[in-house]
Amino acid sequence: MSPTLATTAQACSGCRLCQLVCALDHFGENNVKKAAIGIRGLFPAPGRYDVRVCVQCGTCAEVCPVEAIRLRHGAWVLDRELCTGCGACIAACPWGVMFTHPGTPEPIKCDACGECVPYCPRNVLCIAEVVQE
Amino acid sequence: MSDLMGYGGRVLRVDLSRGSHKIEPLDPRMASDYLGGRGFVARILYSEVPKGADPLGPENRLVMAAGPLSGSFLPCSGKLHLGARSPATGGYGDANIGGHLAMELKHAGYDVIILEGAAAKPSYLVIDDDRVTLNDAGDLWGQGSFATESRLKELLGEDFQIATIGPAGEKLVKFACITHDFGRQAGRAGIATVMGAKRLKAIALRGTRGFPVADPAAVLATGKTMFRTIFGLPGFREWTPYGTAGITEWVNQVGAFPTRNFQTGFFEDHAAIGGKAIRDRILVLDKGCFGCPIPCGKYCRIEVDGEEVFVEGPEYETVAMIGGNCGLGQIEAVAHVNAVMDDLGMDTISGGNVVAFALECAERGIFKPSDTGGRPLRFGDLDSVLWLTRRIAAREGIGDLLAEGVKAAAARLGGGSDRFAIHVKGLEVSGYEPRHAPAMALAYMTCDVGGHHNRAWAITHDVAVGRDRVEGKAARVIELQHLRPLFDMLGVCRFPWVEVEFPPETYADIFPAVTGVKRSWADLLRCSERVWNLTRMFWVRHVPEFGRSWDLPPARWTEEDIASGPTQGKRLAPPTVARLLDDYYRLRGWDEHGIPTPAKLKELGLDYTLT
Repeated sequence: MSPTLATTAQACSGCRLCQLVCALDHFGENNVKKAAIGIRGLFPAPGRYDVRVCVQCGTCAEVCPVEAIRLRHGAWVLDRELCTGCGACIAACPWGVMFTHPGTPEPIKCDACGECVPYCPRNVLCIAEVVQE
Repeated sequence: MSDLMGYGGRVLRVDLSRGSHKIEPLDPRMASDYLGGRGFVARILYSEVPKGADPLGPENRLVMAAGPLSGSFLPCSGKLHLGARSPATGGYGDANIGGHLAMELKHAGYDVIILEGAAAKPSYLVIDDDRVTLNDAGDLWGQGSFATESRLKELLGEDFQIATIGPAGEKLVKFACITHDFGRQAGRAGIATVMGAKRLKAIALRGTRGFPVADPAAVLATGKTMFRTIFGLPGFREWTPYGTAGITEWVNQVGAFPTRNFQTGFFEDHAAIGGKAIRDRILVLDKGCFGCPIPCGKYCRIEVDGEEVFVEGPEYETVAMIGGNCGLGQIEAVAHVNAVMDDLGMDTISGGNVVAFALECAERGIFKPSDTGGRPLRFGDLDSVLWLTRRIAAREGIGDLLAEGVKAAAARLGGGSDRFAIHVKGLEVSGYEPRHAPAMALAYMTCDVGGHHNRAWAITHDVAVGRDRVEGKAARVIELQHLRPLFDMLGVCRFPWVEVEFPPETYADIFPAVTGVKRSWADLLRCSERVWNLTRMFWVRHVPEFGRSWDLPPARWTEEDIASGPTQGKRLAPPTVARLLDDYYRLRGWDEHGIPTPAKLKELGLDYTLT
């Protein structure tokens, strides 16, 4: 079994607290633009937010030429020291969840730490255990 | 990058006449004395708007400012403040907006945008971190708020935050509003009218750099504690589902719901337009602003002529001013008008007040048949409300007159219409009928932008301590006028405190983690008192003969009884009005005409207003 961040409902209110927790926790910066969660408003119609999170499929690790993305405690984690910023994983990611920021060459990837989960006021986020068939 | 923690550290000054801009460092002294948001807006407007400058001329400034707490990991940090010399009143004008603008502005490294001059042709401003460009608005001019926001997001990217005016702002309707995030508004005092006069259709913002906080680990830890506290409060679960409209029933129970142009304080159909009706009948999503755990935005869908129409709201003020005040007793009708006014870029508070004034003019035969094309205009009739709304936005026929607001319209219409023009200082009164609520009446009389409730929502105090009592009411109003606008200075929303009983002083606990500076709550409130006196001095500076007569309530409140409901037969007695103002001026350290004394101004460090 391996953990993954998942969304449980279409009730996101767009507050972006998950992104703030993510950036503060991983970069020590109050900067929502450095989060490993994507939130996109679909307005005026149909009137909801699309929340994108990494499903830990491992495609990024398969294409990484320097093996900078490795399995740790069941989740695929980017080692920023090893990463060369080549962008192969960004292009290969089927879910569009290898995030980028102009201030850093390496992509930003969810490590399924779950720090954001308790601070989602709408209970949209959870840590799910993926059963490998 | 500035070493001021908690701030973007820079001021963006855009000269629309020249199409040029400058980036200036934020003055640390201003940050210390005025904190941010509303404080910066008031300070900059006072020093930069030339005395008597035409509100719609190039010399007026449109200032928008985030606060030191905006955009940070703490509850409801999404508030941006905007201000100008108001074209609606001629005095100090400001408005506040949630959504994501304040966060985005600070992520781009700015606290303040100052717009001066006027563009030669319709334009929109793009701020993308350090890249600032003024672009031809082309066929965006004339488009509705929602189409404009959609188009700019398509053109620039979904991650841009957009603030736009609608056709009403372009036509210089005096109560035009700025729209953002498909349903958030900076509604009051005609700030969007100033934007229209500057021929600025929209501002698009994107910031990626973030801003420095003094102690990120402490922000994270303290923020987490604050959120966990809110999650544990009863109001978190009870208030959030209905948002501000949840209060509709209570306001009717206490006979304070403005109905049919403030003729009465009780609307018989209120249950059909309140928070429960919204949730049960038209809600799509609970939509919130940046950093908000208690989303009051009720994103709704209705059907109009077989087509889906989406609108954020109605929130309480729209329920009151379009619902009760125009006599519309169906939530779908209220939401329909809400959607039309939002798209036209018209404040639903003043809009509802002006339309209701027009309906009463029609009822009393003050309009000529040619004014209305022979059309009957009636309270409770959706078509009448929509027809007036569209005439106003287009400034067609009597719409041109009504677009000036009820004070100016009544002055030209005559026929005794000034007796039921419900405004203070030229700004239409919002959603509370205060004839049997002296503190709330005083709040409206002394609000520094005109007839607005949000500086001192004192009606709960009236209900708690006695509706006939006058003693102590001025003191409570003053206390609220410092406390509530302080949130607008810090750049955060006051709803966690007002609606779910989160202790406001908690924001002083996280202030040093964000800014690196320890300030007591009392010290922060002192900054708020400074700003309250400064905005009063803005009126003194720009409005000849400004004084006590400007603080008087609408004639209806002292001349007519409330017609029905729980407060039937009540009115404000003129001696009560005089006593409220006497108490208020004395406690504030102002003279009997309502002018701050030199001693008070010096005590607050406002010596510069004395010259």
